[in-house]
Amino acid sequence: MTRSQTNAVEVRGLVKHFGETKALDGVDLDVREGTVLGVLGPNGAGKTTLVRCLSTLLVPDAGTATVAGYDVVRQPRQLRRTIGLTGQYASVDEKLSGFENLYMIGRLLDLSRADARRRADEMLERFSLTEAAKRPAMNYSGGMRRRLDLAASMIGQPAVLYLDEPTTGLDPRTRNEVWDEVKRMVSEGVTVLLTTQYMEEAEQLASELTVVDRGKVIARGEVDELKAKVGGRTLKVRPVDPEQLPAMAAALRETGLDGVAGATVVPDEGALYVPILADEQLTAVVALLGARGFGIAHIGTHLPSLDEVFLAITGQKTADSDEFTEEVAA
Amino acid sequence: MSTTTVTKSPVGTPDPTPARPHRADAEGRIGLRANLRHIGALARRNALQIKQDPESMFDAVFMPIIFILLFVYVFGGAISGKGNNDAYVNYVAPGLMAMMGMNIAMAVGVGINDDFKKGVMDRFRTMPIARSSVLIAKIVVEVGRMLVATAILLGMSFLLGLTIHTSVLHLFAAIGLSMVFGASLMWIFILIGLTVKTAQAVQGMAMMVLMPLQFGSSIFAPTATMPGWLETFTDYNPLSNLADAARNLINGGPVAHSVWMTLGWALAITVVTAPLAVSKFRKKT
Repeated sequence: MTRSQTNAVEVRGLVKHFGETKALDGVDLDVREGTVLGVLGPNGAGKTTLVRCLSTLLVPDAGTATVAGYDVVRQPRQLRRTIGLTGQYASVDEKLSGFENLYMIGRLLDLSRADARRRADEMLERFSLTEAAKRPAMNYSGGMRRRLDLAASMIGQPAVLYLDEPTTGLDPRTRNEVWDEVKRMVSEGVTVLLTTQYMEEAEQLASELTVVDRGKVIARGEVDELKAKVGGRTLKVRPVDPEQLPAMAAALRETGLDGVAGATVVPDEGALYVPILADEQLTAVVALLGARGFGIAHIGTHLPSLDEVFLAITGQKTADSDEFTEEVAA
Repeated sequence: MSTTTVTKSPVGTPDPTPARPHRADAEGRIGLRANLRHIGALARRNALQIKQDPESMFDAVFMPIIFILLFVYVFGGAISGKGNNDAYVNYVAPGLMAMMGMNIAMAVGVGINDDFKKGVMDRFRTMPIARSSVLIAKIVVEVGRMLVATAILLGMSFLLGLTIHTSVLHLFAAIGLSMVFGASLMWIFILIGLTVKTAQAVQGMAMMVLMPLQFGSSIFAPTATMPGWLETFTDYNPLSNLADAARNLINGGPVAHSVWMTLGWALAITVVTAPLAVSKFRKKT
């Protein structure tokens, strides 16, 4: 990892336990100024706890963390001036209109009445909420609410923005809208720490990735590096007869093709997962399976899911799913 | 203390608004004026919530009407003799003023508990504002609600024959005293609201505090006929003190003892529960 710039966020050995649960168990990470770090992990990996520690909502048990040079424990007041937070659940007041929400935040950030009003109007305009400005937020759609939430976080022009699973629970179209907004904010120089469960989201928004599981960092690197490791796209093949799965995997392994040779059988799904590094490989795999006379019931490609990322990185599935048979060279 | 000063000027879109002014000192402390501005902005939020949800004013509007009618016509005759309801108005109305405060304060606990289930609290707590300002703003608006309830109560009482034997100033003093005491009670209920898990539990717990204080007091009937142990309890019950103070302020009579007792209680309650509530609010996860 090249580190040419200064870090906006530095986390060292961060620990937070809730009774027996080690939500954070010694996490290290850096977010370079002006970049997006994706923190990828399943439910319960400690992502939200991390964000809550970095936004002064929780006091860590051990370790240090600085944001924009301010220590989360010793300088919480200064730190709060530099951050914005958009959580999994919209942190706006549902009974207030979009305008009133933003105006209130402007006032809480010490803008004058006139400035707060102007800034609220600007943000409404920018996040395409002008038409809905006077309606109570409870009548907004999920996507509008999330946009209002982002607008609220941007009122104070934060140096560092935390996005805690910003698109969880949104439909694909709305998700794209939120992504576009985030990209725009990043283009304006905001540093973002993004937590997500979706590889696709990380790929869309982040330049670097930190993969966490059960409170620990299990992999880190540039998104492209990790993608190469994970294999980018995956082809999922379900044969008519699941008995043929091992034979199919063996046939693909014989090809010796990078990626394709890493074909993995997932018995509980009755499917074969084949990493695909290039379009030609896709054709080759389908041709080969056809030539060998395997009956195929279903075929499809998709970007790696979190499970597959974990599979590739650790050779294990996420904590939720326990069944796994074949080894994968990581 | 000057580590890195981060000024982020967005490139791309021109931004006419000046970057966030740093009104606080290097330590990030919040000055009194800023604090008042924050409380103002948050109180506005609470007031707008009421505007959006007018039904939340039902208790403040109807409770006083129902209570004064009920007590004057159901108990008035029995306590003061048939046909003497008028006299009872003068007895019970000041007492009900004390009770209004208690009931509204209970609603604050429920409201805070409910508020905490929403993400907006997280936003407040990650902003450069004193965390107490969120709670104080709530109290400011609830005192406003108490004023509405008290005004309606007094309006109804006048219709039923309440007469002021002293002066308007005394009446205002009685109202003011109820507000001060009511505000102190709110800290207790905020603390309960922040401590227990659900709004229902807040209500349940509040009733436990409320019932004995309300009925074991001089609000509805003079304490002289009560058994000795209960009389002792009612004499130290802050609601009795407040009811007596308000009653004597309106009807004439010695006020010093009950007024000081009430103020003492209000101060003691605030000093003990306000810091606990703020600290609970700060640590709440």
